[in-house]
Amino acid sequence: MAIGSVATRGHVARRSWKQSAIGSWVTTVDHKRIGILYMYTAFVFFLMGGIEALLVRTQLAVPNNTVLSPQAYDEVFTMHATTMIFLFVMPMWVGFGNYLVPLMIGARDMAFPRINQLGYWLFLSGGLLLTMSFLFGAAPNAGWFSYAPLTEATPVCLAAPIASAQAQAAAAATQAAQGLQGCFSPGLNMDFWIAGLNLLGISSITGGINFIVTILRMRAPGLTINRMPLFTWMIMVMSFLLVFAMPSLTVASFLLLFDRHLGTHFYQAGFGGDPLLWQHLFWSFGHPEVYILILPAFGMISEIVPVFSGKPIFGYTFVAWSGVAIGFLSFTVWAHHMFAVGLPPLAQAFFASSTTLIAIPTAVKIFNWVGTLYGGRIRFTSSMLFALGFIAMFLIGGLNGVAVAVVPVDYQLTDTYFVVSHIHYVLFGGAVMGLFAGLFYWYPKFSGRLLDERLGKLQFWLFLIGLNLAFFPMHIMGLLGMPRRQYTYAPNLGWDQLNLISTIGAFILALGVIVFILNWIKTMGFTKANAGSDPWDAFTLEWATTSPPPAENFATIPVVRSRRPLWDMKHPEDPDWRREH
Amino acid sequence: MPFRSRLTRWGAISVLALTVAGLLAGCDPNTPSTLDPAGVAADKEATLFWFILVVATIVFVAVTGALIYMMIRYRARPDSPPARQIGGHQRLEIILAAIPTVVLFIVLFFTISTMFALAQPNEPNILTVKAIGHQWWWEFQYPNQKIVTADEMYIPVNTTVHVELESNNVIHSFWVPQLAGKTDVIPGHDNTTWLKATRTGDFRGLCTEFCGTQHAHMDYLVRVVSADQFQSWVSQQTAGAATPTTPDQIAGKQVFLTKGCIACHLIDGVNQPSKLQIGPNLTHFGSRTIIAGWVLDNTTPNLRAWVHDAQAVKPGVDMPSETTINSTDLDALVAYLESLK
Repeated sequence: MAIGSVATRGHVARRSWKQSAIGSWVTTVDHKRIGILYMYTAFVFFLMGGIEALLVRTQLAVPNNTVLSPQAYDEVFTMHATTMIFLFVMPMWVGFGNYLVPLMIGARDMAFPRINQLGYWLFLSGGLLLTMSFLFGAAPNAGWFSYAPLTEATPVCLAAPIASAQAQAAAAATQAAQGLQGCFSPGLNMDFWIAGLNLLGISSITGGINFIVTILRMRAPGLTINRMPLFTWMIMVMSFLLVFAMPSLTVASFLLLFDRHLGTHFYQAGFGGDPLLWQHLFWSFGHPEVYILILPAFGMISEIVPVFSGKPIFGYTFVAWSGVAIGFLSFTVWAHHMFAVGLPPLAQAFFASSTTLIAIPTAVKIFNWVGTLYGGRIRFTSSMLFALGFIAMFLIGGLNGVAVAVVPVDYQLTDTYFVVSHIHYVLFGGAVMGLFAGLFYWYPKFSGRLLDERLGKLQFWLFLIGLNLAFFPMHIMGLLGMPRRQYTYAPNLGWDQLNLISTIGAFILALGVIVFILNWIKTMGFTKANAGSDPWDAFTLEWATTSPPPAENFATIPVVRSRRPLWDMKHPEDPDWRREH
Repeated sequence: MPFRSRLTRWGAISVLALTVAGLLAGCDPNTPSTLDPAGVAADKEATLFWFILVVATIVFVAVTGALIYMMIRYRARPDSPPARQIGGHQRLEIILAAIPTVVLFIVLFFTISTMFALAQPNEPNILTVKAIGHQWWWEFQYPNQKIVTADEMYIPVNTTVHVELESNNVIHSFWVPQLAGKTDVIPGHDNTTWLKATRTGDFRGLCTEFCGTQHAHMDYLVRVVSADQFQSWVSQQTAGAATPTTPDQIAGKQVFLTKGCIACHLIDGVNQPSKLQIGPNLTHFGSRTIIAGWVLDNTTPNLRAWVHDAQAVKPGVDMPSETTINSTDLDALVAYLESLK
């Protein structure tokens, strides 16, 4: 509304806060706007986490390097993982889910728009709190899984004026020698971690509940569970994992908070506590978390591969229910992170078996995606290239995951660079490749503009080459005995060239990200709205409305008769509902 | 399209080149490579790894082969037919689910059988060593031989060594890649592991659980020697501390006793033991070849640099820098420490 028009009516010329450019975003409860807020914020954190990754790789490019001090290195590698997991991938999925789920199921908004808004602002607060820790020189520094007792302190040592780090270390060592419990993390570092993660935890749980209710209660007429888009399926499984897994992290971190500030001893041996309690609590959150990070990417691939093959997904029921199976099994495998802690052989055999079971539905999904290509008419758009790259790279992440699930091999490879390679094939080769497949696919829906295809393909090749250069050598580093989380390493142990290659790969990945930013600037600044409502000849309901969709999404709520409602509209001579019965 | 297939070929070539480069790099004699085992346990683990690698390679080639074939065969061309609207094939899907199930259960069988084969052999005359993780160095105690040392662990070849793992601070992990997989060292837990070396030589050990600022410098040396050499090492370590002979060494002993070293370090028979001595026992320091978690080799200039400014060499370590010490005292102290064979 123009200011002048108000003034001419003789009133004080003043727009309400809610109508101003900033205010309308701050006060919005619209699922699409909240989704966009999530995605842009998460992307900014992605850039931060990326810079942290480049710092790590620069420090490790050559042996005995001194770019970062040991203390700075510990903060940077911890914040790299914490940022990428909690501030980038998770909120990015929540952003995509927010934008797309109501559109895909033919709803006008999420079930609880205000809780949705609360979730975003809690996420932003948690993210800012975690990031702010750098300004206090106290960023979390004990790794993203923050094993106790390294993270422990006592109220007494926290109250003591902070002397030099050396004096603190000496005092801690003296305490330990006297049989007292040490004070291994006396700064604010871990307190920032606990506070930040708990804000994010509340945000995740509210988001999870909101998705579950929206998906179960607000589907358009005729859109049965069995006709839901697979992305919606995977967001639903992710939401159940959020709701059931996050509380374990909350409990673990509160017990740590009590140890540090109230003088309890939950994780301190010698007072009846046990350091392994932390690991059990953390990983019973941490393993479902891994699937929280990857399931929505599975969902995206299951939307994109069919559209660009021009046919339905191969084995819809298998893909949907294997996602559910993964969700359940993800709660039974946590101790495969702990094969070296000295569990009884029978327990290790149990967790080796459950890990074997969870690999089966994952393998089935890969076959389904490959099978979808069969008999298709494949269009190699940027989005499709990222999706196909995802399949190949995630396959590597699955296979090297089998290697570390084999207990005796894991005795050798756990906590080495082999594991770093595994998580990056899964999270970069998987989650990030999936994310960019989704961005190139849905960005036209979000903005009305198509991203540049040539820049997109350039970015794809930079990513594919960069990620293999960065992460493949890490397999060999781990096999050659290089532990993870070392701020430096001695020369001539066979690790030097491999580390240099890996660093070069990391910078190629950074170049790929820069190409994407240029693509975004070109699209937003120099392109007219050119997408139309359905640029990809797609199948699902979000493409049945304009790009971007209007407030409340649909003029009339569509009626759904099959898994591909838009196919039915475009092919009245050969609708799916006639095939599906 | 030639462009895409050329890139694919280059991708394959570069992965191959990386692998070859990695294996060549593995030829470095110092590499603590898990694939160059010198111990019974590491050997079993390496064999299992090669088996997994073969299985994984076959699966990778088969699946990416199918993926690339489909991409080429079904790419959209102006004359290609419309896509066939196939939504699945139940029997094929069941077969495709059965294949990974069978493969994974074969892998699981070898996993569990190897796990039980890795139990400590039940043999007489087993040597016991207690490995204690400190922040950030390893102490090695031989309770039956009454030896307390640090950084270097001597074991006889072809003998089962029972290792008791202890920490009273944070979690560490005990790992000698060429001898055996790792076992965590956890406060309050009596974890154990075992080593049985099949050839003599020096093998690098590493701490593999993140344990604070100097996690990177918590390596150690496992020296596998013949039974005779082990016995002579035991006699040497159980003898008293060497008496200083040269004027430098005699002066150095006084520096050790008067400049604060005794607060944290013990030399048997020279100063009084105390619970507060958190540093390594120095009785036979001169016989050791590495310093402070292998942050340096034990040479005269290195030892001098270490004593003079430990904080610069290993930031965050408990040992304070002694930058005010005069160079005469420093040289004397270094000479004395080196004489403690």
